[in-house]
Amino acid sequence: MDELELKRMVWRSRRGLLELDLQLAGFVRDVLPTMDADGQTVYRDLLLVSDNDLLEYLNGKTVCPDTRLVPMIERIRASRRTD
Amino acid sequence: MTVPVRKFDAVIVGAGGAGLRAALQLSEAGLKTAVISKVFPTRSHTVAAQGGISASLGNVQEDKWEWHMYDTVKGSDWLGDQDAIEFMCRQAPEVVVELEHFGMPFDRLENGKIYQRPFGGHMANNGKTPVERACAAADRTGHAMLHTLYQRNVRAQTQFFVEWLALDLIRDAEGDVVGVTALEMETGEMVVFHAKAVLFATGGSGRIYAASTNAFINTGDGLGMSVRAGIPLEDMEFWQFHPTGVAGAGVLITEGVRGEGGILLNGNGERFMERYAPNAKDLASRDVVSRAMALEILEGRGCGKDKDHVLLKLDHIGPEKIMSKLPGIREIAIKFAGVDPIKDPIPVVPTCHYQMGGIPTNYKGEVVAPKDGNPEVRVNGFYAAGECACASVHGANRLGTNSLLDLVVFGKAAGNSMIDFIRNERPALKPLPANAAEFSQARLARLENQTGGEEVADVRADMQKCVQLRAGVFRNSENLARGVAEIKAIAERAKRTQIKDKSRVFNTARIEALELDNLIEVAVATLVCAEARKESRGAHAHDDFPDRHDEEWMKHTLYDGQSRQLAYKPVHTKPLSIDYIAPQKRVY
Ligand SMILES: Cc1cc2nc3c(=O)[nH]c(=O)nc-3n(C[C@H](O)[C@H](O)[C@H](O)COP(=O)(O)OP(=O)(O)OC[C@H]3O[C@@H](n4cnc5c(N)ncnc54)[C@H](O)[C@@H]3O)c2cc1C
Repeated sequence: MDELELKRMVWRSRRGLLELDLQLAGFVRDVLPTMDADGQTVYRDLLLVSDNDLLEYLNGKTVCPDTRLVPMIERIRASRRTD
Repeated sequence: MTVPVRKFDAVIVGAGGAGLRAALQLSEAGLKTAVISKVFPTRSHTVAAQGGISASLGNVQEDKWEWHMYDTVKGSDWLGDQDAIEFMCRQAPEVVVELEHFGMPFDRLENGKIYQRPFGGHMANNGKTPVERACAAADRTGHAMLHTLYQRNVRAQTQFFVEWLALDLIRDAEGDVVGVTALEMETGEMVVFHAKAVLFATGGSGRIYAASTNAFINTGDGLGMSVRAGIPLEDMEFWQFHPTGVAGAGVLITEGVRGEGGILLNGNGERFMERYAPNAKDLASRDVVSRAMALEILEGRGCGKDKDHVLLKLDHIGPEKIMSKLPGIREIAIKFAGVDPIKDPIPVVPTCHYQMGGIPTNYKGEVVAPKDGNPEVRVNGFYAAGECACASVHGANRLGTNSLLDLVVFGKAAGNSMIDFIRNERPALKPLPANAAEFSQARLARLENQTGGEEVADVRADMQKCVQLRAGVFRNSENLARGVAEIKAIAERAKRTQIKDKSRVFNTARIEALELDNLIEVAVATLVCAEARKESRGAHAHDDFPDRHDEEWMKHTLYDGQSRQLAYKPVHTKPLSIDYIAPQKRVY
């Protein structure tokens, strides 16, 4: 993922729900740049999920039906919340 | 440098519930309508609304719009304009049923009608007993509203400009609004949107507080743009605190939890709301509950090792009801508070939630400002709706679920007013002033060339701390006066913010700097307005002036951002069709 795409991901991690901002802001800043290209692509696709669904996945309330996204969700869940 | 110009009949800034509802009205009327949004429409903050939307449908129990109006006037602590409140409460059943027809998936009763549940401040018979008035789509009401309205707009061929940041309002020499400037994040280019009518629906500004339920995007951009264009702000001292933000995180525990039977306990295990609101108890309106919680904490009856929060207990309502009626709440508690509410209570504190003040409008969604001694002269071509606007239906305090209602009622009304204006008064575009983009260009150039300034994040953090400390749930003269001085100093620092990343494309640092320009205007307005209001009314609880003082203070504040001076204007005491609801003491 080139620098422009990473920057786009930073902005798109701003969501309509505070819960998501709290979980994604630090992740996209600190973790995403260290991931390989495949991982970054998966993150990009994860951001296409609607806010309420994403929150449910990150809360472990429901399992994301797209199995490709599941490891990324687990990774975000495991990362510490940062504001 | 020449700036490209795009022409539309109507330009709407903001794609939350209010912006989308207005856009739909305009597009369906055949007008060429643009919606500018800094995030994808369905990621607007409206997506966060879980509790529901109010309407006196009377599907569960008898209800009337007059009772809804009474509750709203009382909730507003008699600062709400009664013409606007009547308009909203009367329209409510119609606009909610309209949403249903648009395809919004409301929860239903067995008989197929929309399910309604009780909610704080919703009462039958003019404040006597709780009534079921809140309509919801599970705990995704806002999400369902956005998706429904977005789909309809796509069908109606509304043009969306997504990931565009509106920068400034364009007014001509006569003061008429003729467009906005906006920055496309993808290219970093600025464009002038030339329009016959402009609507701001940019949402709230809750990020001025350190403890806030608002998402990071809620930076008050519409308010900042208005101030910079010489439009006053109304009633900015009034901020609603949600009683139940998860301590330390800000994440909201919806009022519906108390509607379904959740109760608040202090450090002694006492259900303290019985003392503060003997009738409504835990269902009293938000400021009453917030203030009670703050007092319990202040007087040493908080919970936890620092006694800095109280507890929201809901294990007694049973796991089944928690799972079926409040599915999202359990996850929030586990994730952000580390407790499972099926077994343990949730630690909560009053957290900034909603902005009652905003851009002054009448009930038609037209922006009004003082001119030649008349406090409410229409600003031609300018409209506002939703949380950024002050109609004023919420007055000194908003009732839960009245905001989603406000979005659709006034979004629609503003859309209709714009259609009238465009057809009857502005069939052709009014020329742009020669320097239409100059002001925004200068702001961008300032950021580009700034040296020796401060980091945006540092200034923002100091602003948030100041507003939280000086203009929170508890206010007194000394604190507010200090806050005014402090925030003015912080505003000076905000003029010299510096960004390291000077790149143009998707530069979040640059966007955050531009957002701070807006936040700081709102923060200064809040402190200046709050410091001046020497009474307690609704969400403005002033320790040195504990009573409401109608003779002197039943009036709206108008803040002029350029001089930082205040003016006042009367509250509208004439409803549209019924008798004035005269002030009473506001007890629950
Ligand atoms: C957690 C939470 C729960 C809530 N629950 C309820 C509830 O149950 N019932 C209820 O009635 N109310 C509720 N509210 C309040 C209600 O959700 C909001 O008041 C309402 O959604 C605001 O809608 P809006 O259309 O005014 O703005 P928003 O939905 O905030 O939308 C603002 C729009 O403006 C755009 N925008 C802003 N600035 C710019 C700019 N500079 N350039 C371009 N675009 C811009 C954004 O991209 C966005 O599209 C809740 C609020 C919160 C925080």
